[in-house]
Amino acid sequence: MTEAVSVDNLSVVFDDFRALDRVSVEIAKGESFGLVGESGSGKSTLLRAIAGLAPASEGSIRVEGRKLQGTRRDKAFYRSVQMVFQDPYGSLHPRQTVDRQLMEPLAIHGIDDGERRILKALDEVGLSSGFRFRYPHQLSGGQRQRIAIARALILEPSILLLDEPTSALDASVQAEVLNLLEEVRRAHELTFIMVSHDLGVVTHMCDRLAVMQGGRVVERLTSADLVAGRIGEDYTRNLMVASKGFRRETA
Amino acid sequence: MSALLTVEDLRVRFPTRTGVIEAVRGVSFTLGRERLGIVGESGSGKSQTGRAIMGLTPPHAEVSARTLAFGGIDLLSASPKVRRDLRGKRIAMILQDPKYSLNPVMSIGRQIVETLKQHEKVGRAEARERALDMLAAVQIRDPARVFDLYPHEVSGGMGQRAMIAMMLIAGPELLIADEPTSALDVTVQLEVLSILDKLVAERGMGLIFISHDLRLVSSFCDRVLVMYAGKIVEEIAASDLMNAKHPYTRGLMNCMPVIGADRHPLPVLDRKPEWAL
Repeated sequence: MTEAVSVDNLSVVFDDFRALDRVSVEIAKGESFGLVGESGSGKSTLLRAIAGLAPASEGSIRVEGRKLQGTRRDKAFYRSVQMVFQDPYGSLHPRQTVDRQLMEPLAIHGIDDGERRILKALDEVGLSSGFRFRYPHQLSGGQRQRIAIARALILEPSILLLDEPTSALDASVQAEVLNLLEEVRRAHELTFIMVSHDLGVVTHMCDRLAVMQGGRVVERLTSADLVAGRIGEDYTRNLMVASKGFRRETA
Repeated sequence: MSALLTVEDLRVRFPTRTGVIEAVRGVSFTLGRERLGIVGESGSGKSQTGRAIMGLTPPHAEVSARTLAFGGIDLLSASPKVRRDLRGKRIAMILQDPKYSLNPVMSIGRQIVETLKQHEKVGRAEARERALDMLAAVQIRDPARVFDLYPHEVSGGMGQRAMIAMMLIAGPELLIADEPTSALDVTVQLEVLSILDKLVAERGMGLIFISHDLRLVSSFCDRVLVMYAGKIVEEIAASDLMNAKHPYTRGLMNCMPVIGADRHPLPVLDRKPEWAL
């Protein structure tokens, strides 16, 4: 098994708050890995630390065998690792057209067949070329998230970091975006690391998952185990109960 | 069961530069002391329906209805003063995100007391006492401490409980909850919902629960209205949801990933233009 991402004993400390406490995870190439937990459990921080958006104070991160230092990432890193953020209303530049937002990563990396790539990326996320010169405010939430995915895919990365990619979307649009993500994963043999608080989404998308609480990984299990109820920790069981929806206690 | 709220042919229109947007197009329902869910996607007009009842539609929008009556008062012809007296006192609304809907520069206790003083003549000590009781009723463990905290000092779940406390302190008869738990964690969601459920049942309020999560609504409410493009496409008893007839309702039911169901790809909504007619 070759590792795409391996995180070893990673801690992230903000002033005197330990957001991540000696976390180790290993994600194989081509795998889809889920991180679950409630807010403040450190699941997003782990993702951000990999992307170089959160400072690691101890431990190490390796991406495709290369060790990463500090929060500096080189261009080669961003060509293989891209991120999709939670809020499609906040992650696109409000005053740039779709075309310009998709052009930016290409310009940074000095790729010149922009025209072809932009059309291909838009086509891949199921938007017609008519969307190319629109501004974000002219798009719905689901369309924006598709643009964010197109922007992440345009550099043809091998690893995609997904931070709650559908939690800002309606249930019906969520299904479309999840299907799209599965499709692009199959087409490009991508590795996914996906953060979500919705166990339904994570078991649907991921083969394995880690449950986090208070900056630590409290349990690692496969989706099949979770579905079959082979759960070791009470915390995971609570999450499982919560995801089943509201039950009125009949007294 | 007498009707608490009667809505007949409610329409909300937004004039824009490119023409009139009809957000709500002829919604009719009556509500007694029951729990009614309104479900739909963004843009289906569910929130605008709630806001029109509450009287929070933006001033440039046009609201019209054959009947929009609450407890015998015609809301559309009521004076602003009458509506102000209703708002908070007899009709209350819980909004989605406590981060944005609480006043950031006022302590939680003062905000709750403010609601109470607006509607009742109470002394300072009594108001404080009742606010503390209300905070205890929404299961905040240390009401005296939370009373003096500011919204940024509390978690989302705590903030939402404070908002419920604020809305219920004047003892409203109708509560409109617009996505009250969408901004919260799954685990906290259930706590907040069970608090809300208990208080609504104890006080015999009417509840309108607005959400895009059909499952959640069906587990919480007695009756569900499904809205699409500003209209009610189906009205159904929550217990009968499995037998929903409209393809849109069925699509909403099916598109959620369920633990244990192996469906790849997920069924998506195939929107038909005739649904919006």
